[in-house]
Amino acid sequence: PLWCDKVLLRASRRVEIAYFSHSQITRLYSRFHSLDKGENGALSREDFQRIPELAINPLGDRIINAFFPEGEDQVNFRGFMRTLAHFRPVEDNEKSKGHDASEPLNSRNNKLLFAFRLYDLDRDDKISRDELLQVLRMMVGVNISDEQLGSIADRTIQEADTNGDMSISFSEFIKVLEKVDVEQKMSIRFLH
Amino acid sequence: PGSSVWGWCFDQWHLSAILNNVFFFLSVFHFSQRFTTVVPESCMLILLGLVLGGVVLITSKKQPYQLDPGLFFLFLLPTIVGDAGYFMPARLFFDNLGPILMYAVVGTLWNAFCTGFCLFGMKAAGVIVEAGLMEFLLFGALISAVDPVAVLAVFEEVHVNETLFIIVFGESLLNDAVTVVLYKVYISFVEVGPGNVQTADYFKGIASFLVVSIGGTLVGLVFAGILAFVTRFTKKVRIIEPLFVFLLVYLAYLTAELFSLSAILSMTFCGIGCNKYVEANISQKSRTTVKYTMKTLASIAETIIFIFLGISAVDKSKWAWDTGLVSCTLIFIFVFRAMGVVMQTWVLNRFRLIPLDRIDQVVMSYGGLRGAVAFALVVLLDGEHVKAKDYFVATTIVVVFFTVMFQGLTIKPLVKWLKVPRSTNRKPTINEEIHERAFDHILAAVEDIAGLNGYHHWRDKWEQFDKNYLSKLLMRKSVYRKSELWEAYQKINIRDAISVIDQGGNVLTSARLSLPSMASRTSFPEVTNVTNYLRENGSGVCLDLQVIDTVPGAKMEVESETHHFLAGNLYKPRRRYHSHYSRHFMTTGDQERQEREVFQRNMRSRLENFKSTRYKRYKKDRSQKKRRGSDVKEQEANDKPRRNVSWQDKVVPLESEEEKGEHTEPEKEEDVGITFVARKAPETPKERPKSVPAALEVCQSPSVFPPSPTSAEKNLPWKGGLGTLPVCVSMEATKIIPIDLQQAWNQSISSLESLSSPPVPAEPQHPRVSALSRLGGPARIHSATVPVTGLGSAGSTDTSQGSGQFQFPAGGGGGGGEEEERPLSLQQQEMQPLMSLVRPPPPPPPPPPQGAARRRNPCVYLRSLVAAPPPGSEPHSRRPTQL
Repeated sequence: PLWCDKVLLRASRRVEIAYFSHSQITRLYSRFHSLDKGENGALSREDFQRIPELAINPLGDRIINAFFPEGEDQVNFRGFMRTLAHFRPVEDNEKSKGHDASEPLNSRNNKLLFAFRLYDLDRDDKISRDELLQVLRMMVGVNISDEQLGSIADRTIQEADTNGDMSISFSEFIKVLEKVDVEQKMSIRFLH
Repeated sequence: PGSSVWGWCFDQWHLSAILNNVFFFLSVFHFSQRFTTVVPESCMLILLGLVLGGVVLITSKKQPYQLDPGLFFLFLLPTIVGDAGYFMPARLFFDNLGPILMYAVVGTLWNAFCTGFCLFGMKAAGVIVEAGLMEFLLFGALISAVDPVAVLAVFEEVHVNETLFIIVFGESLLNDAVTVVLYKVYISFVEVGPGNVQTADYFKGIASFLVVSIGGTLVGLVFAGILAFVTRFTKKVRIIEPLFVFLLVYLAYLTAELFSLSAILSMTFCGIGCNKYVEANISQKSRTTVKYTMKTLASIAETIIFIFLGISAVDKSKWAWDTGLVSCTLIFIFVFRAMGVVMQTWVLNRFRLIPLDRIDQVVMSYGGLRGAVAFALVVLLDGEHVKAKDYFVATTIVVVFFTVMFQGLTIKPLVKWLKVPRSTNRKPTINEEIHERAFDHILAAVEDIAGLNGYHHWRDKWEQFDKNYLSKLLMRKSVYRKSELWEAYQKINIRDAISVIDQGGNVLTSARLSLPSMASRTSFPEVTNVTNYLRENGSGVCLDLQVIDTVPGAKMEVESETHHFLAGNLYKPRRRYHSHYSRHFMTTGDQERQEREVFQRNMRSRLENFKSTRYKRYKKDRSQKKRRGSDVKEQEANDKPRRNVSWQDKVVPLESEEEKGEHTEPEKEEDVGITFVARKAPETPKERPKSVPAALEVCQSPSVFPPSPTSAEKNLPWKGGLGTLPVCVSMEATKIIPIDLQQAWNQSISSLESLSSPPVPAEPQHPRVSALSRLGGPARIHSATVPVTGLGSAGSTDTSQGSGQFQFPAGGGGGGGEEEERPLSLQQQEMQPLMSLVRPPPPPPPPPPQGAARRRNPCVYLRSLVAAPPPGSEPHSRRPTQL
């Protein structure tokens, strides 16, 4: 339909052109469209939840939430692309121009911020023990007791926590993962 | 005959002298570290082999030793490949499987054909020796394969980054299928004569490649499955676990060899496939045994291979020199390797997330080392059919020497000069473990959302499959139920605990030591009270403070498994003594029973208002039910604890689902109890925290060691003996003990208690007797069996006792238990006659009225753990721990 092309055009012209090639955008758009069962140009949570693999992904719901801007129930194609852009691999030329006006979405820090937001439910820029426990509970099976999980969480926080507030701030999060090849481990290959 | 015997002796002497020399020189190499950092060991070994070969040649005028292909392929190569396969980092390997396969198959084919054809071209130009096309192709095939032994020997010292290493090393392992097929096909072609080769034969060659590679892989995977499945059931025969690993992995090699499949491929995949499950199934000791035996065998084999390569080169009768062939081969090999790498990388980079850059390509080209496999293959050639064999042997030796020695020597400076990212060889922290798992989930989800069936999608699918089916089939149930994250956490804890112990510290004094896996801890938060301080700093040193024994289940199983490891270091005397004592006590229990029974009958009336702990009810229960046996339900519940009483066995038999359901309630109860106490801790008086850190600091410095325990005693809360405080502290104190030590902890506590019981033999009985007369029945089993199922093996009686006592804060637990059981008293009364016949074994802990003294025991123990014996407590707790 006509609005589709409009959206597509606008999307590719504005933000996402920097991150995706035209063919990638076309491909992702068709994916977007196939997910969009309501055919209203925006995805709802239900649309995401219909993806069968996400149902068995322990962090599925958190990741779905990450697609939605705060307080909104719909995500349009731009938002969809903007979120996916976090996972584009960092290229050499992007690395070098990193100090432009705005940091690219797929920079190391933004990748980490995406992961950090998955933990940080209340958006206070801190991962509290409870928030960490929730995520851990999602990731481990039922065979681990709360005690055990609590000890993992405590250990994790104590390891990362440098200012002693018993929670992990984003800067601590970056620090604790500084030796990890985040650029590689938080990137996927979008087909050309 | 005399001379031949003498000759034989001389040979033997030679051989042993050679080996002696080898290992002596090896130790010298490693002793002079600066030397080994410059010159790789493999170079030195080859040089040494050359020297030794020269000496032998001069003294005996003939060369008795050579790298025998039979020996090499049957014994030396499998040890190296087995080690490499079993300890292959699976995730890294499969992350890079695409490039590895490409380089291994396409790269090797390209090298083989180009080298062969170009050599043939050079022959046509008249530069090198006369030989047929097939012979050159054959030679090209065997000389083109990158050699796993050489790559491993050289790259292990270079420490390039993991991706680069795994690509080169994986290639060297997987190209075996190509080499084997090409070699065999060409040999048969050479034997029938080039003229008789028909077109169909080429297709047969291609088909046989598929059969050899896929067949080899399948054989390996089948053996991996068998091995994993077998180790599931070796719980009772831990001692043969390593044997199984070696035999079955080796059998995978032999079987593949038997069917002319790719043996290296088979062994590699057997190792990769079984590693995860086998490591999970076998005991810690077996793991260590497997690791060290494999590494030792592999390094011995590597040494022998390189030494013998050097020795073989001396024997001039075996080879013939042709400068043209040698130089052309060297050039072609190098050029085609580089060309192949560049072209393949160009293709691969179109599909790779992180492209392999130019530096990587240089290292990959330069790291294409040839080695002993090529030499063994060329020695195996039949001189009848391959006329130029001697020339090929000489060329191969030169090529191997050149690549191993020259390239091996120069690759390190090259890597440094190119600034190739090095591997860090760092163990992941718990944060990295958790967050990287989260990353994996995120990527899989994003791929699913974006509709890409990419790598993460399939990896996720595989992990689901593995979790749902494979692990269920191949892993012990007790292991399967644990989460990987928990295991990772365990590993980190153990690692840190070991490093603490290695540094000569102990749980408390090392509170402020910084540990490798800890991020630097610049500031300490305000210490609000002792328990918090202890807890925080204790887990700061990564000895897990938060976990307490009260929750049976996966944790206990983990614990009993890791128990060996640390308990062996820490608690051995006490433990041995304890188990001995317990055994003794179980056997003589029958004799003492009668006396006790009389005594108990007399005391019963006086002691009715004593509260009984869960533990005691449990103990009584057990002995009493042994005789009853009529009530099926009770019998069932009774069976379980009995089954668990095993001293050898460290893994708890898994409770069935019903049983688990049956026990969920008490488990919850215990949880609540723990949290309650733990949260209560902050209410402790404020004055303590200030003094305790100081005391701990004192402990740290060795010079003031003797007084430190006393000061700690003075300040530590359990010394204060305040009403509720000791309870809190003792609860916390248990938490201070790392989970791995908790079992030993419980044992030691119970041994303390059982030791202290003789002076007051009568007292302990009373509450139990009173409870016995009033209470009983299923409810007791219910409560009593819970600790046992969790705590498992190392003596259910003692462990249950330990946990029982911690689970009940002052009187509440006991009171609750009584209420719970009262309805059953009727049944109990029916049992009375039976019960009085059977007395339980002597109950270790004397229960003081408030339970305060009992709770103090762990503290006493803790103190002994800190450093020195406490002044006035029970003598037995003074036994120094083996830290």
